[in-house]
Amino acid sequence: MNVGMLYSRIRKDEKLLLSELRDRGHEVTKIDVRKQQFNVSTPPAVFDDVDIVLDRCLATSRSLYVTRFVEAYGIPVVNRPETAELCADKVKNSLALASAGVPTPETEVAFTKESALESIERFGYPVVLKPVIGSWGRLMAKIDSRNAAEAILEHKETLGHYEHKVFYIQEFVDKPGRDIRVVATDGEPVAAMARSSEHWLTNAAKGATTTAFEVDAEVEALVRDASEAVGGGLLGVDLMETGDDYTVHEVNHTVEFKALNETTEIDVPAAVVDWLEERAAETVQARV
Amino acid sequence: MTAECVECGGEISLADDTEIGEIVDCPTCGTELEVVDVNPPVLERAPELEEDWGE
Repeated sequence: MNVGMLYSRIRKDEKLLLSELRDRGHEVTKIDVRKQQFNVSTPPAVFDDVDIVLDRCLATSRSLYVTRFVEAYGIPVVNRPETAELCADKVKNSLALASAGVPTPETEVAFTKESALESIERFGYPVVLKPVIGSWGRLMAKIDSRNAAEAILEHKETLGHYEHKVFYIQEFVDKPGRDIRVVATDGEPVAAMARSSEHWLTNAAKGATTTAFEVDAEVEALVRDASEAVGGGLLGVDLMETGDDYTVHEVNHTVEFKALNETTEIDVPAAVVDWLEERAAETVQARV
Repeated sequence: MTAECVECGGEISLADDTEIGEIVDCPTCGTELEVVDVNPPVLERAPELEEDWGE
């Protein structure tokens, strides 16, 4: 097959995928989205021979638009734009999870400093304020007092882009110093790791240490449900332990897996390409 | 293969399997550089981190 890979930066994750695809004899068309113009009717020529497109855009805004274009051109794309939309925005992500009955942290959205403060006071301290778009643990605030809440809200309202005036307020989950990342393909776990840190943020990008995590039946079911809630695909499902249970705080649609690949025995890029081959075969069959 | 840092002019060694689109750090000045060609290798300053980057 010929896989079109949407990108603007080749990280280790993309390099692992490129190498796995080429080792299996697949052609890869690297598509740097910065260099293309996306006409609403006619696909750019770079898509001519592509059988399936894999979205590995680093920038969420580009991922959201380009996957829409690719789908409109009638070319199969993973992940689908609907999934990207539900994962890229934390509000839509939380709504999708809650609507599907997947346990997720208690969350509220408010649009003014005053109403956000009311929400924060109702949650009590500490409480978490997150940007609706963002990654790698950036611009996350754990708020411990009313004074801090007032200051952060004022800064966001005064200095922020309009998206920072959508206040996403979430209960602080007192997790045991770690969270769980599961990479899954259409709800089937590929591999999982625990990310541990003494800091309340346990993102790998923030320097958390990682260890392999064995997926139990409960996590497996939650990952399946969370995946279904956002339309399936290649996803990173993030969970926190809450005593005897779990809560799913996020599903990622352009999942990074290099840390997972180094942490577990599983060959993650091989599993991803296995799944991609299946998806490509299904779409070819559907077109016949 | 080697390329020249556009910031300090230092020489940078690149692995044979270097891909267009990869980022390398100049060992001399620390500048983040994007590989924009591999035949022959050409480097440019990498774009600054944007707010919507990441998974």
